[in-house]
Amino acid sequence: MNWYGLYTLFSKEVWRFLKVATQTILAPVITVLLYLLIFVSVLEGHVEVYQGISYSTFLVPGLIMMSIIQNAFANSSSSFFQSKMTGSLVFLLLPPLSSLEFYLAYTGASVLRGLLVGIGVWIAALFFVSLPIYNFWILLSFSILGSALLGSLGLIASIYAERWDHVSAFQNFLILPLTFLSGVFYKLESLPEFWEAASYYNPFFYMIDGFRYGFLGVSEINISLSLLIVSGFLVIVSAICLWILHIGYKIRY
Amino acid sequence: MPPAIKISQLHKHYKTLHALRGVDFEVPTGCFFGLLGPNGAGKSTLINIMAGLVHATHGNVRIMGYDVRQQWRQARQSLGIVPQELVIDPFFSVRQLLRLQSGYFGLGAENNPWIEQLLDSLNLSEKADTNLQRLSGGMKRRVLIAQALVHKPPVIVLDEPTAGVDVELRQALWAFTKHLHKNGHTIVLTTHYLEEAENLCEQFAILNQGELVALDSKSAILARYPYRFLRLTLTNPNVNLPTTLQANVQSIQNGELVLRFHRKNDQIASILDKLRIAKIHFSDLRTEEPSLEDVFLNLTTAKKA
Repeated sequence: MNWYGLYTLFSKEVWRFLKVATQTILAPVITVLLYLLIFVSVLEGHVEVYQGISYSTFLVPGLIMMSIIQNAFANSSSSFFQSKMTGSLVFLLLPPLSSLEFYLAYTGASVLRGLLVGIGVWIAALFFVSLPIYNFWILLSFSILGSALLGSLGLIASIYAERWDHVSAFQNFLILPLTFLSGVFYKLESLPEFWEAASYYNPFFYMIDGFRYGFLGVSEINISLSLLIVSGFLVIVSAICLWILHIGYKIRY
Repeated sequence: MPPAIKISQLHKHYKTLHALRGVDFEVPTGCFFGLLGPNGAGKSTLINIMAGLVHATHGNVRIMGYDVRQQWRQARQSLGIVPQELVIDPFFSVRQLLRLQSGYFGLGAENNPWIEQLLDSLNLSEKADTNLQRLSGGMKRRVLIAQALVHKPPVIVLDEPTAGVDVELRQALWAFTKHLHKNGHTIVLTTHYLEEAENLCEQFAILNQGELVALDSKSAILARYPYRFLRLTLTNPNVNLPTTLQANVQSIQNGELVLRFHRKNDQIASILDKLRIAKIHFSDLRTEEPSLEDVFLNLTTAKKA
């Protein structure tokens, strides 16, 4: 293993998003606060998802997880795609960095950005709702697994993409619908039967549901099952990502 | 000691293009080597295969004895490539970029003195903390060279380093390259400035349409060209050349007539006789050896016909 090379690439990726932290950390936090403001002011008092839990308390964990995974995806996909477009990717292809080192550096930076945005949203939300932590380790596990999953998905998308609109298509037609249909804003039980059944095939649902358990101590699905399913998806997506890096798909010809 | 670069039976097929057709040669360690060929000859494909940016369809390349596919870490550690295009990462300053690049090769703070030395010898010290976006084209070119050398590779490939570079920088780059060569680095150079290649390189490989058409030392490659030249300064620039000489004319302009003659089959004496019969007078004459350009054109255009 070229550990120092891996560490350097990881630091570079972190450095890159921290240099534009207004756009990469602050902006997503503000966006989520707007969601919070709108949904809570409209629905608070009208909707009670779990007995004894206010709608805002139900909503905030979902919003935190949503921002974690969206930003994890945005980080690896935009960084990698940008270096592909400017051509500076060649400077990462010439050094002795393996597919695994590449994957770990990009995914690691995505996880870190996801966590920072998540913490930002959580702190900001504390001004509006009281949200005690039920199980810290569950929160940490789901946020790391989820952001790693989306980080590697972002890497796959940007390796595949040839134009910016390919990246945004990935984001708009896959990530966004899967997030909105994952139970961030509602409980699956409240959906019509077909959509409820369909939602159980959405991996994002298990991330949101499991993460929410870390705050509320209640979930729709058994927490171990969610953990297993999310880990399973991470393994599958990472394997695909490592494979296309290994064969040099659209990178080395 | 293994050769710096060993290329064995290299083939590369793109979808419809057979870019390399069984290329096979070695670059000795410590050599200043010219890799020449017209556009589309396969030079870039060959360099990219050395760098691991392109995978060969068949055959292999070894850098300092390391197979670029099997022992890719050692092979990449041994190779520094200055790419043809001016590509930059807009996020960092020159010094930051070089430290990152050095880190990718597994080198930490212990390599910083070498980075400073590189900045100094490439006249980049003043711009070391400037963002790359704000550098001129020439400065970016220097940064690319520094980036390629950051891990002290024994083998350095310069792909068209002087394309679009002004005279001053070009000379500085050649001086720097000569210095590297003197310090024991193997240099592989591709360039379209054949005069420069002729002055710098000790050995050449000439590629044409994916095949190696020549591989030799400078003197041997120049000697392959069967013609020499006779340059005459005419007393009267407006002359009618006799048909007997038409075939020998290389060029005629500004009162300078250049005739090409075959080393073995033509004799200077008979050419001079023909000139005398045609009453063409001249005030000066000298013979010239062919340049690399003549050899190059001879080898790369003959093939197409």
